[in-house]
Amino acid sequence: MKYIDEFRDGELARNLALSIGAEVEPGRNYSFMEFCGGHTHAISRYGLSDLLPPTVRMVHGPGCPVCVLPIGRVDMAINLALDHCAILCTYGDTLRIPASGGLSLMKAKAGVGNKCGDIRMVYSTIDALKIARDNPEREVVFFAIGFETTTPPTAVAIQQAQTEGLENFSVLCCHVLTPSAISNILESPEVRQWGTVPLDGFIGPAHVSTVIGSRPYEFFAEEYRKPVVIAGFEPLDVMQAILMLVRQVNDGRAEVENEFSRAVSRDGNLKAQDRVAEVFELRREFEWRGLSVVPYSALKIRQRYAAFDAERRFNIDYRSVPDHKACDCGAILRGVKKPQDCKLFGTVCTPENPIGSCMVSSEGACAAHYSYGRYKDMH
Amino acid sequence: MAEIRRGYVKPLDLKQGRVDMTHGSGGRSMVQLIFELFTKHLGNEYLGQGNDGAVLPAPTIDGKPGRLVMSTDCHVVSPLFFPGGDIGCLSVHGTVNDVAVMGATPLYLAAGFVLEEGFPLGDLARIVESMAHAATDAGVPVVTGDTKVVERGKGDGVFITTTGVGVLPDGIELGGSRARPGDAIIISGSLGDHGVAIMSKRENLSFDAPIESDTAALNGLIAAMLATGADLRCLRDPTRGGLAATLNEIAGQSGVGMMLHEKAIPVKPVVSAACEFLGLDPLYVANEGKLIAICARADVERLLATMRAHPLGCEAAMIGEVIADDHHFVQLTTSFGGRRIVDWLAGDQLPRIC
Repeated sequence: MKYIDEFRDGELARNLALSIGAEVEPGRNYSFMEFCGGHTHAISRYGLSDLLPPTVRMVHGPGCPVCVLPIGRVDMAINLALDHCAILCTYGDTLRIPASGGLSLMKAKAGVGNKCGDIRMVYSTIDALKIARDNPEREVVFFAIGFETTTPPTAVAIQQAQTEGLENFSVLCCHVLTPSAISNILESPEVRQWGTVPLDGFIGPAHVSTVIGSRPYEFFAEEYRKPVVIAGFEPLDVMQAILMLVRQVNDGRAEVENEFSRAVSRDGNLKAQDRVAEVFELRREFEWRGLSVVPYSALKIRQRYAAFDAERRFNIDYRSVPDHKACDCGAILRGVKKPQDCKLFGTVCTPENPIGSCMVSSEGACAAHYSYGRYKDMH
Repeated sequence: MAEIRRGYVKPLDLKQGRVDMTHGSGGRSMVQLIFELFTKHLGNEYLGQGNDGAVLPAPTIDGKPGRLVMSTDCHVVSPLFFPGGDIGCLSVHGTVNDVAVMGATPLYLAAGFVLEEGFPLGDLARIVESMAHAATDAGVPVVTGDTKVVERGKGDGVFITTTGVGVLPDGIELGGSRARPGDAIIISGSLGDHGVAIMSKRENLSFDAPIESDTAALNGLIAAMLATGADLRCLRDPTRGGLAATLNEIAGQSGVGMMLHEKAIPVKPVVSAACEFLGLDPLYVANEGKLIAICARADVERLLATMRAHPLGCEAAMIGEVIADDHHFVQLTTSFGGRRIVDWLAGDQLPRIC
């Protein structure tokens, strides 16, 4: 497959692995967090950790939009479908997130008591708008989740709905922001509780930076003295980024470097940023599953688009719901613990029956380890 | 059931007509539907008996009595017509293959139709014709059947259940519990064609992919494989859940592990590309005309040579081997040089968000 196979070449990978092996300093340990679940997935799926020297450890970060969505937000979506009888449109992965009372959107779709939610999987906001146009007598809510990558399409959908006068369309906005989550990992009070996270650098998600550019990480690299390499999602991209991070650490540098120069610029996509700024504003605070409440880490719909805000339209409030007591997702999302350190991992918490958020999506640290790597724990 | 005399009844309107409740109510409309559609296309001496059941000769193979193999499969595919096939031929291939992978010669099929009120009779005729072609090509007649009609909204156009019977000679013992460490794992061709062809035509997700379903009856290929005398342990068709589900089943049944080699697994570029942008893994995508063979390592070359000489096995390849593993993991060495598990699918394969 052109433009894909080039970035999955085993021969080049071995050469990169040799370079990494040659450049790591003896006696020094390197811990890097790949923030994004897409990277976690690539590392697990291609078995990248088998190619790295034992002194380089990859810590799986919280950058999976499904994993960080708190129970209370999924409850709101289920409530819209079951009690407000709205058609709820959502991206595929979201269907399986565990919510309160043993429910999920998938289960609400199948039916709860005598109610049954009209919940539809969509591939884009365009599908959701079409459903709204085709069902003018029904309320249609788009359950908008994701990082900066999925935010511009939601902004465009809201503006499009306004232009068309689609009065039955609204958005349950749960969009979250990457840089504030990374900062939170390094400085929140919870981290102190678990001890300092020994992170030497970050791999930043390239698709997020195609929108926001590499600039937002500059403050971060300087303030926390941690190198950041923005990298694509193919396995060679990740290997190259690890080599770049090793070099920065060895040189004592803490810079923002761009491995994904084939699509990421310093400024990013200014048009997309304008659209987002036009429709959304910062939330004062937002609860992340596993990270607790993170200030200014998410977006809400501006007053001028209030008619398209499902929270205002249906007058529903967010109610925080605690995670399972024994669930270690919080520590795992911060890199303080590994999936196999959690008591629930692989016993009561499995991909078929996820208790914690990290087990829901294949991008979650626990699901990736369970599905691709658990043989390592057993031999 | 007496045939209605021609001339008294207006023939079925295959251009404008639709299935209505009377087509399943036991009256003349039902009889008319059966004769003008089902018997007309699928007709054979057994179906023509017109009784509640078909009376069939005792099965023999090479003049000797054999054991019966029976299998059933429900077909609920959406869309009903897809590139490379439709629910009609699929319902024949699916069950013929389930019987054939047991090592049996498929002999007869039974077919049950659940039709939804309002379904166009013209589409039903296309489905039945396709079924008839598939049955003729496979050499396995449909000898008995049933039709029911459900109210509009209570079905999805057409559901078809087929049951197949075959005869298995003494001496052939194939089964999921017979894989042993050291055995070879062979696939008859490229993975994921059916699933991707179906997905490319789903209502909310149509994309133009030059790909057709691989739906096909494998009994001819399997007969050729059995004739080699190779020491076959198990044959299975990797339908729902794809290669991954089928190999995990066999690993569990046999109490062994498996090691696959990603580079050796045939996947068409268009299937790879579609899976790439849908966030799916071709190892989990359905096939309808492929088989997995587990066989003794020493017999691999002659088995592959025979398979590759058959049109349905020309891309056959050895993709891995059975290993000893108390955890019964199916593992894969990636083309990248790493190693990972190929696990059971958790729930449905859902597209990732980003």
